[in-house]
Amino acid sequence: MDVKAGVLEIIEDVTGEDMSNQMDEDLFESGLLDSMATVEMLLALEQRFNIQAPVSELSRDDWNTTNKIVASVTALMG
Amino acid sequence: MPNLQPYADPNYFVYLLLALVPLAIGLYFGKRFVAYEILVSLAFIFLIFDDKTHAGQGVALIVYSIWQFLLGWGYVRYRKEHNQSSVFYTVTALSILPIFLVRLSGAGIFHAQLSLLGFLGISYLTFRSVGMIIEVRDGAIKDFHPVMFLRFMLFMPTLSSGPIDRYTRFAKDAAVAPAREEYIDLLGDATKKLFLGLFYKFIVAHYAEIAYNYFQGMAMSDAHHGMILSWWLIPVAYSYGMYLFFDFAGYSLFALSISYVMGIRSPINFNKPYASKNIKEFWNRWHMSLSFWFRDFVFMRFVFLFLKHKWIKNRNTVSTIAYFVNMLVMGFWHGLTWYYILYGFMHGAALAGNDAWIRFKRKHKKVIPHNKFTEGFAVVLTFHFVMLSFLVFCGFLDTFWFHR
Repeated sequence: MDVKAGVLEIIEDVTGEDMSNQMDEDLFESGLLDSMATVEMLLALEQRFNIQAPVSELSRDDWNTTNKIVASVTALMG
Repeated sequence: MPNLQPYADPNYFVYLLLALVPLAIGLYFGKRFVAYEILVSLAFIFLIFDDKTHAGQGVALIVYSIWQFLLGWGYVRYRKEHNQSSVFYTVTALSILPIFLVRLSGAGIFHAQLSLLGFLGISYLTFRSVGMIIEVRDGAIKDFHPVMFLRFMLFMPTLSSGPIDRYTRFAKDAAVAPAREEYIDLLGDATKKLFLGLFYKFIVAHYAEIAYNYFQGMAMSDAHHGMILSWWLIPVAYSYGMYLFFDFAGYSLFALSISYVMGIRSPINFNKPYASKNIKEFWNRWHMSLSFWFRDFVFMRFVFLFLKHKWIKNRNTVSTIAYFVNMLVMGFWHGLTWYYILYGFMHGAALAGNDAWIRFKRKHKKVIPHNKFTEGFAVVLTFHFVMLSFLVFCGFLDTFWFHR
């Protein structure tokens, strides 16, 4: 499965924004992802990619852009 | 032996900075003298508790540290083989138990016996230990390092009132010495923070406190005339708001400054909170290490649990409940009094209300204006709400109404 396409779809579901042209936009700074949306995104990623979502050890520096989320998910998939 | 309360007067900085010189020289040359760092930490903690009035607290701190050490060590060992939720919740409860008992005694329940467990900093150390247990549960901490654990728990600059650090973050800094350029930058930043902190705490907060005391006196004279409300409560609220910010932000700057000298980048606590456009932004800028702790370990876990198990379907209902839980727990942590709990309730309601307003605004984008003026109005509104909540928080209303 294409991780990038899946992540983009989930981010669009959660934030209502298509981020495919702004892969390096900071999702926390821009206010697109608040804590609630972050949890929803993590849950969706967990189901889609069969990974263990790191709720409380979520290092925001590694999850703040679409590109970084793709990288983090890929890393978690092993 | 002198008795030295943390950052209480200018002499403290002289003694502390002198004691840190060898450590700083080591860090400059890329060496971290761990034994010396522990020695300085313990010595200055000892100096907090070395007189008759504080000795009992010192003993309580030792008992507390042993208790948390055993819990942390035991839970890491357990977690290597198993991962039962019931054990996690039990260990978390045991870790919270000391502060829970101290809060009961603060509220006048079993007063004499339980107050013996309390000491300066217990509220803040509880975040360190509970946060650590949650990180063990989630697999972020896999091994128990006794020395690192104690360095983290008893890290002196932030012992009394934070900022609240996380074990994994702290351990990353504490394991190595920073690169020389980084350390020089840190020292520069430490100097700036120290002087800004001195200005905040010893000048601005000092005068704000004088004003706060004066306005309280004026309000009390109205109270003695039997009035239920007084115009003087308004300046009480604003002067307290100024005092609280400059006192606490000043203290936090000291704690950060000393941390940096020790080569530890403790997290910041304040980022222009009174310029926030809404209450959510306020909590991203006010007492940040506390609010982020609650965000990560209370709010997000609560939401995650509820959404994952689909206990409640509607996401907005879940987030509203989570806001109230989050802020009420924060209120209870401050102490078991009606005004701390009301303060938590007010902020829970404000956060939920703010979300509802943003949803409403999104739906009616075309008719609701958004420009510089509305943003300015939002800043002013947020500021005044915060001041009102601080009038509750400061506890003066309790005196004003019930202890005339």
